[in-house]
Amino acid sequence: MGPVPSSGRLPAAYTTPGSSSFAQFLAQAAPELLPGNRPTGGGDLGVPHGTTIVAVTFDGGIVMAGDRRATAGSMIASRHIEKVFPADEYSAIGIAGSAGLAIELVRLFQLELEHYEKIEGNLLSLDGKANRLATLLRGNLGLAMQGLAVVPLFGGYDLARAAGRIFSYDVTGGRYEETEHHAIGSGSVFARGSLKKRWRPGLDADGAVEVAVEALVDAADDDSATGGPDAGRRIYPVVATVSAAGYLRVPDTQLAAVSTRIDVERQVGDPRA
Amino acid sequence: MSMPFYVSPEQLMKDRADYARKGIARGRSVVVLQYDDGIAFASENPSRALHKISEIYDRIAFAAVGKYNEFENLRVAGVRYADLRGYSYDRVDVTARGLANAYAQTLGTVFTTESKPLEVELVVAEIGAGPADDQLYRLTYDGSVAEEQGYVVMGGQAERLGALVAAQWEPGLPLAQVLAIGVRALGSAPEEGAEDRQLSPAQLEVAVLDRTRPRRAFRRLTGDLLADVLAAAG
Repeated sequence: MGPVPSSGRLPAAYTTPGSSSFAQFLAQAAPELLPGNRPTGGGDLGVPHGTTIVAVTFDGGIVMAGDRRATAGSMIASRHIEKVFPADEYSAIGIAGSAGLAIELVRLFQLELEHYEKIEGNLLSLDGKANRLATLLRGNLGLAMQGLAVVPLFGGYDLARAAGRIFSYDVTGGRYEETEHHAIGSGSVFARGSLKKRWRPGLDADGAVEVAVEALVDAADDDSATGGPDAGRRIYPVVATVSAAGYLRVPDTQLAAVSTRIDVERQVGDPRA
Repeated sequence: MSMPFYVSPEQLMKDRADYARKGIARGRSVVVLQYDDGIAFASENPSRALHKISEIYDRIAFAAVGKYNEFENLRVAGVRYADLRGYSYDRVDVTARGLANAYAQTLGTVFTTESKPLEVELVVAEIGAGPADDQLYRLTYDGSVAEEQGYVVMGGQAERLGALVAAQWEPGLPLAQVLAIGVRALGSAPEEGAEDRQLSPAQLEVAVLDRTRPRRAFRRLTGDLLADVLAAAG
């Protein structure tokens, strides 16, 4: 935890005024804890990778959903990993890519937002949060070049605009605002196709949850690295809504009902035809 | 070559202590009171932005009197200390005792080695699973730490207000009652014969560490919410 001077007094980094950023403080007080500061050999390490995340806007918020599979090569490394997290009360972050680094990045980002809130006494704007995430990603570029890329999907409820917004990123920290919906990860191609057909303006929260789960089902259909809802083991995607009421995780009972309905519809043929 | 005047260590320390005490005595008081579901903090502070009471971590809060720039610096250092500790280990490994020690070392070092002591007095409070597990640490300008039971009063009129609170506070009271005791003490007349003041919610800064909240237990009570709690005690 950084050098402690002989007097036992808190080191200068703790009492330097001006910064409200935890990552900036960490770079001074304990730089070895920053994810970007770690040397690796490069090459494929065969570490677990997280896969598909989808985000969908609805009237008054967003839904973010992630499947539960992590893969290492052709092996399923985990069938119950969680890849969607609350970033703070009014935003959610989903991650695809190298799982260990991604989870570390989420922890750092969550703390970054909480730290700012405690020091400043108010919340960052949604754009401010999205920009902070871009900065943290940029610090990870060295690792990304060595094959340990992390790509997040960020979304939240903008208190100033009273609307849900979604942001996607690339490994260099590029930040792109998405309208309507977006998907990242290995199954994203199939998920995006599904979202385009099923999303419509004026959705409510429940409708958006259905669209998001169906997109994950479609991704799992065609991408071996994405896991679909697993009724046998009662493992369902992590789905959360973010609205004026804050971050709320959708209960498994609702997800079970949604995925059963999707199954039944597909068994009897397409009812929309 | 001129020789500096000899000043005995006793005199030096006494001068510094007097200086710090005078600075602290000028400020308004803060009362910290344990209640059945947590710990309540109250101070007479009309500002909505310059706080004397703040959140440090999930179950830990901070209250201070004295010079604003000095205790604000210590507050930020405390948030950084707690967040770094929670990030390197786990959230449950951040304790008020560790933080109180870090503050004590800092205050003590400044008191003995720098030309001016910090003119502050702090409380670091942590709520546990039940009232018996709550911890209240009081730190003074010279780095001494005391673990208090039940309540703490700091600031200008600490002794007089402490006696008022001591006469009424008892373990297991609900929030509305302990707040009423604290607010009555804060508004009490400074000398015999003067009128007691009735402090309105707008003049008060009030916050609680609420045991019943899931993760971050710290909550500020302002506006209507505070008026309701104050009215509930009658």
